[in-house]
Amino acid sequence: MENEIPPALQGPTAKEKKYDRQLRLWGAHGQMALEESHILLINSGPGVVGLETLKNLVLPGIGNFTIQDSAVVTQADLGVNFFLEDKHMGQFRAEHTCNLLKELNPDVEGHFITEPVELFLNKPNALKPYTLVLVTAPIRPELLSQLSSHANATNTPLFYIHSVGFYSHFAINLPLAFPVVDTHPSPESTTDLRLLNPWPELVQYAAEKTKDLESMNNEDHGHVPYVCLLLYYLGQWRKDHDGRVPQDYKEKTAFRNLVSDAARTNTPEGSEENYDEAVAAVLKSLNPAEPSSAVKEIFKAPECQRIDEQSPSFWIIARAISNFYDKHTALPLPGSVPDMKARSADYVQLQNVYKTKARKDIAEVLEDVRRIEEEVGKKTKVDEKEVETFCKNAAHVKLIRGRPFHVVQAGQSIKWGDRAKSLAQMLTFPGSLLPLYIAFLAYDEFTATPNKDSLGSASQIPGAADARLDVENVISVSRKIIDDLINEAGTFIEDPEYSEVLSTTADFVKELVRAGGAELHNISALTGGLVSQEVIKVITEQYIPVDNTCVFDGIRSKSEVIRV
Amino acid sequence: MTLAMTGTVELEPSQPSNARAKWKHMDTVLDRSGPFTDPDFRPGETPKESLARAKVLVIGAGGLGCEMLKDLASSGFRDIHVIDMDTIDVSNLNRQFLFRQEDVGKFKAEVAAQRVEKRSGSGVKITPYCGKIQDKDEDYYKQFAMIICGLDSIEARRWINATLVGMVDEEDPDSLKPLIDGGTEGFKGQARVIFPTMTSCIECQLDMHAPRAAVPLCTLATIPRQPQHCIEWAHIIAWEEERKGDILDTDDPEHITWLYQKALKRAEQFNISGVTYSMTQGVVKNIIPAIASTNAIVAAACCNEAFKIITSCNPCLGLPGTDNYMMYTGDESVYTYTFEHQKKPDCPVCGNLSRPLQVNQDSTLGEFLDSLTERPEAQLKKPTIRTEAKSLYYQSPPSLEEQTRHNLSKKLSELVENGEEVAIQDPAFPTTFKYKLVFQK
Ligand SMILES: [Zn+2]
Repeated sequence: MENEIPPALQGPTAKEKKYDRQLRLWGAHGQMALEESHILLINSGPGVVGLETLKNLVLPGIGNFTIQDSAVVTQADLGVNFFLEDKHMGQFRAEHTCNLLKELNPDVEGHFITEPVELFLNKPNALKPYTLVLVTAPIRPELLSQLSSHANATNTPLFYIHSVGFYSHFAINLPLAFPVVDTHPSPESTTDLRLLNPWPELVQYAAEKTKDLESMNNEDHGHVPYVCLLLYYLGQWRKDHDGRVPQDYKEKTAFRNLVSDAARTNTPEGSEENYDEAVAAVLKSLNPAEPSSAVKEIFKAPECQRIDEQSPSFWIIARAISNFYDKHTALPLPGSVPDMKARSADYVQLQNVYKTKARKDIAEVLEDVRRIEEEVGKKTKVDEKEVETFCKNAAHVKLIRGRPFHVVQAGQSIKWGDRAKSLAQMLTFPGSLLPLYIAFLAYDEFTATPNKDSLGSASQIPGAADARLDVENVISVSRKIIDDLINEAGTFIEDPEYSEVLSTTADFVKELVRAGGAELHNISALTGGLVSQEVIKVITEQYIPVDNTCVFDGIRSKSEVIRV
Repeated sequence: MTLAMTGTVELEPSQPSNARAKWKHMDTVLDRSGPFTDPDFRPGETPKESLARAKVLVIGAGGLGCEMLKDLASSGFRDIHVIDMDTIDVSNLNRQFLFRQEDVGKFKAEVAAQRVEKRSGSGVKITPYCGKIQDKDEDYYKQFAMIICGLDSIEARRWINATLVGMVDEEDPDSLKPLIDGGTEGFKGQARVIFPTMTSCIECQLDMHAPRAAVPLCTLATIPRQPQHCIEWAHIIAWEEERKGDILDTDDPEHITWLYQKALKRAEQFNISGVTYSMTQGVVKNIIPAIASTNAIVAAACCNEAFKIITSCNPCLGLPGTDNYMMYTGDESVYTYTFEHQKKPDCPVCGNLSRPLQVNQDSTLGEFLDSLTERPEAQLKKPTIRTEAKSLYYQSPPSLEEQTRHNLSKKLSELVENGEEVAIQDPAFPTTFKYKLVFQK
């Protein structure tokens, strides 16, 4: 007996032990994706936020990182940047930050590039090795445009990050279609019991378990699974309501009372746990299985409508599930059953009723997937596991439409496109942080504008020298951005709201300029946390990433996500 | 020494100029006023001096604590103390970035302090204490300008909260120590600022962190349905029956393997699938997922408040009438909710009124005391209870325990009047909880 211990009993591997606390979130699958990634950081400015981001990616074990940074370590770096030491003064920042980051995890490979970003980007295929690119402000707009073109041409996710004083901002440029199947919805939102349209096996199971319900002894009565109770009383309700199920809130409440009144009170506890569970489940489980608008949008997407041999597996499965929905007016059954008061054997049997149906649904979808593959002449077959995962999460899959973020060019107005209307509206929402985003755009435009007083095209950081003068300039830029947005939206904002928008934005500008381009360690660390979290979501294709811009206000300790 | 009133950069006289050059970024912000700074804020020397002089305490040198030490040292704090009783485990390395493989087994506080001190160069002193917060008395806590908590235990939080509330002496403004507290769980977390006695305290907010409901014993014993039920059965029942006398060490792989095998067998017997070694470990050790990114966010949010409180360079969270609590969720996009949690007048720690507690007058005193473990608003483990007139039950000393034990089987209605006030003490907390028992029926 004792020498027949299967391998699993030898306990976790060294890697599983080290990564235990994160594997419980994104699993071995997500971990593998991280380990296969190579992340490039183009580090500019004070450079703290970029390194704080990388730190949180090296720790969970990305495969490779590369830091491009041509700066030389100065005194000012030493206080604010934790990944430098006094002895590194005057040497390349890329080299020493890379080495100190590498210390955090021997499983991660670190590389650095010290040539200036212009030269680096002009090399052929310079960006080819990287899975994802992070770039921190300030960077010249033509270089940012170049990075943005690369991102869109190669579907490489690109992050643009600001951390200035008490404020920060980051924008994510994802591929045009970025689908997530494994969104990790909260367990409460995933329960799908199909009580309004049960299939024959479930009906039969419930009928067996509620046979002679009224005459059962207390012990048996108190162990009937609540799913069966609800189906039983729904049957009663239907009889009295022309075959209809409870429709609105009022009827559901009446139905709830019906169930609640049927509970026995002559028990030692004075109540029955299974009836309590049934009563609690009424309002949330008696809803028609209507897919969310996000799922319907996927079904309607052109990629789902037009499948060809190039179509990624996500779209082929989506199409098969869309067909399934058209046929059954229901998504494939997820097949999980929440825990409930029941005898062990009854519960396991109930689980099997759901699991069997879920497997049947998966088989049907899989068959359709194979038919579609055949039809379009797809060479490589979609993995069965992928179909299974998709079916289980069908109600919660999410599609994000990536789009290029704003690259501010000196003297050119910003185009807001189809978002202009909703954003112009948002400007007037109390407490909105859109004005902070606009302040950042104005800040970038000021930085992109060649300094009249200096030779050449040296950029200037607002507030680096004369804060008072720069504040006026940046405020007037921000005002123009606001007016352009309102114009493009074809609307009008009246006073006093308009003046309020201007003064809110002006305050954000003043605070930004006050910092003179300085990074505060806490704000950079916090922003590095946010950005690294989003990088992990994008690389593992799990959880739901920011769509598409996030700002943080460290004075009020508030964030906001804006779809720009 | 003159105060710098203008917006120009002035070097701190106490330090050579190149030492101040290190703080160029921070100084740019401290040398200027902003649109939101209080009119009384004096840019320049004052905030820098305050930062340099402030002695702060970080409680916990784990996921949050490591981040906090780095954040404070990189924000100009120079005199930082840190308390942690734990030693380093290999599963800490995915986020507690001050520790390396070769540090496994050493004290967290000591290693963390050394690493940050070395990295930050001269001028930053980090003083570790490897032990429990309960080892220290009011005099110890009194030396700090503020206390920043990065703990994973609710109990320790409640202890320090009650201690700091108890320390407040209205005659002595220096006795009020701001408490900044961070907590994380997976992609979620919170950062909050408490001015003891002035604003909502940890105890006021206790119901925001309700404990998970325990699975009833009869389910474990007779009708398991989930793999977790089988593991809990092995943990609570099988171990007690078959290895009585052995003290369960959840860090001992042999012990976990034994529980895993027991649970697996039981699961097979009931046709339940899904018991794994990792799940066994998770259930038995009550493991909460933890990642570097959330810790970075919450720790930095806390230290950002510490920085603002000490320097006054911008408004902080936590002053009466303003937001004091930031809730963070990162699994679905990025979401923060920052609000003012209201102080509760019937808070057992910082309020004056006793808190009403709904009770079933037919339940026994014993059952009532057991229920205090699970009630979100109480969460007490070893309560001693008395009314103004009589002692109902004492956990210790043994003589009193014996004298009051017979009350445990009495109905509440036999012992107290409806609405009567009771005082409850628990050895884990330096305070007396006052409740008013209100009969349900
Ligand atoms: Zn309180």
